[in-house]
Amino acid sequence: MRRDWIEDERGQAEMNRYTDREIMAIRAGRLIRDGDILFAGTGVAMLAATVAKRIHAPKAVVFFETGGIDPVLHELPMAVADPRVMHGTCLNSGLIEAFSIVGHRKLHTIAFLGAAQIDRFGNINSTCIGNYPKPRVRFSGSGGACDAASLASAVIVFMQHEKEKLVERLDYLTSPGWLQGGDSRTKAGLVRGGPLAVVTNLGIMKFDERTKAMYLAEYYPGVSLGQIAENTGFEMDVSMATEALPPSDEELRILRDEVDPQRLILG
Amino acid sequence: MAQDIRDKLMSPKEAVKKFIKEGSQIALGGFTINRNPMGIVYEIVRQGIKNLHLVCHSNGQALDVLIGAGCVRRVEIAYGGNGRFAPTCIRFRRAIERGEVEFEDYSNFQMSLRFLAGSLGIPFIPTKSGLGTDLLNQEGFSPEVRKKRKVANKKYTLMQNPFNGQEDPVVLLPALNPDVALLHAQYVGEDGTVRIKGLTFADVEQAKSADSVIVSCEEIVPIEFIRMDPDQNSLPPFLIDAVIKLPYGAHPTACAYFYDYDVSHLNLYKGAAKDDLRFTRYLDEWITGVTGHETYLEKIGAGNLAKIKADPVMGYAPGLDRR
Repeated sequence: MRRDWIEDERGQAEMNRYTDREIMAIRAGRLIRDGDILFAGTGVAMLAATVAKRIHAPKAVVFFETGGIDPVLHELPMAVADPRVMHGTCLNSGLIEAFSIVGHRKLHTIAFLGAAQIDRFGNINSTCIGNYPKPRVRFSGSGGACDAASLASAVIVFMQHEKEKLVERLDYLTSPGWLQGGDSRTKAGLVRGGPLAVVTNLGIMKFDERTKAMYLAEYYPGVSLGQIAENTGFEMDVSMATEALPPSDEELRILRDEVDPQRLILG
Repeated sequence: MAQDIRDKLMSPKEAVKKFIKEGSQIALGGFTINRNPMGIVYEIVRQGIKNLHLVCHSNGQALDVLIGAGCVRRVEIAYGGNGRFAPTCIRFRRAIERGEVEFEDYSNFQMSLRFLAGSLGIPFIPTKSGLGTDLLNQEGFSPEVRKKRKVANKKYTLMQNPFNGQEDPVVLLPALNPDVALLHAQYVGEDGTVRIKGLTFADVEQAKSADSVIVSCEEIVPIEFIRMDPDQNSLPPFLIDAVIKLPYGAHPTACAYFYDYDVSHLNLYKGAAKDDLRFTRYLDEWITGVTGHETYLEKIGAGNLAKIKADPVMGYAPGLDRR
């Protein structure tokens, strides 16, 4: 489903209407706490972090796996190695330094990751579809995703909500979520972290505290529970779901006018 | 006593001929669309060197050109992508789907640690990253490949922390000591000191882990300049084997404070890479069909190079049309 942002004849935005990417960025931004250290990719995650910083988490710090820590982002980066992530930073370093921050015991770090596939326990595939040695479709691979999912305090996943993407069984487990659920993540030797939420174009999923299975926490205005079930490749508990608050005028204004005025990511 | 680089200064042609052989294991500097050693890579393609073994964290343009040109037999890699220009590098993807390269997946941190181990002279290094994943459970290299030169005989091994007597598994990763590390830096001093501006990625670890190091650079600067502010420097002269003065040597990828990524060229590449025939034509036109780096730059054109010129304060080209 697509909600289009439209302008009236005077060029004024109709503030109650918004696109999928806009609500994803704003809703995910609300999951960020003031003072969090954010391991950001590019794309919608970048917008979420920037919106949060401007509204309710001014002390949140954005850093990139390439080594750029707390840049002044006058322009949106098109890759984590974009020279735009190197400007006005507190420190420009490298990969090893960046990962020492992701997993730092004193910090509450949140990693934003994308996924080609995700399973009910929040494990992520970003490597391939089909058989790993001779895949039908090859993706980029882990990059820093496996590292962030292994080491960060929490992970927020951004993805399109489709049956082929929220699957019963991954073709390849690139980045660890709650593994087989329960206490399997701790047993595997991962000392902290795990997925906190999955933000899609239909709603927000979270994970049961005990079983670690994914459940629907919120659906966006105008989205039905049936639509979510139809687009999810496994059984998911929807009994606790509530309707999400729509983005406020102020949130939309900041996102559109200040964060991505050229609509490089918003499209 | 300062060293002198006169005997290390060479052209791309000489450096590639001297240090890179069929089957060499190579670490590429840079990251996705930034500071890839493109000038050196183009020369490898021109000389038609085959069967390379690349060891990479997140490589983009250099990786894709080398694979697309058929120079690569084997790759150990964390990520093959070019940011928003190609979320998955196009020739890399095709080569894997067609079974044309031998490949093994690791993560960025894992690959960086493997270079670090190699630079420290230790045979392996532990990490907590990757526990419970298919990065450990699935293997790309066959047992035959595992017997080859400079290939570890195992992808990884697990062990318990030997110091706390409890269940506390860690992953042990094999060190890397590539034959050659290639990197592009902003400055090299007349003494051979290397200064990388902006982010260093894993270039320093890669250089220190390699048997030979080839550095191309935007500028060769006086010793007084490079030693006036040594806190900014990245590598000492005695680790460097070849220095190539190569302005725009990272083009079409970015080189902070000198130039931005070339959006129009990366878009042109993206279009060509999607089609085998057009890609062959791209290689002919831009790499094998030009005599060297100067001719390549002439072909790119002064107008295009002016568009991507970096602002000396921002480090990139503000307002560049990036669609």
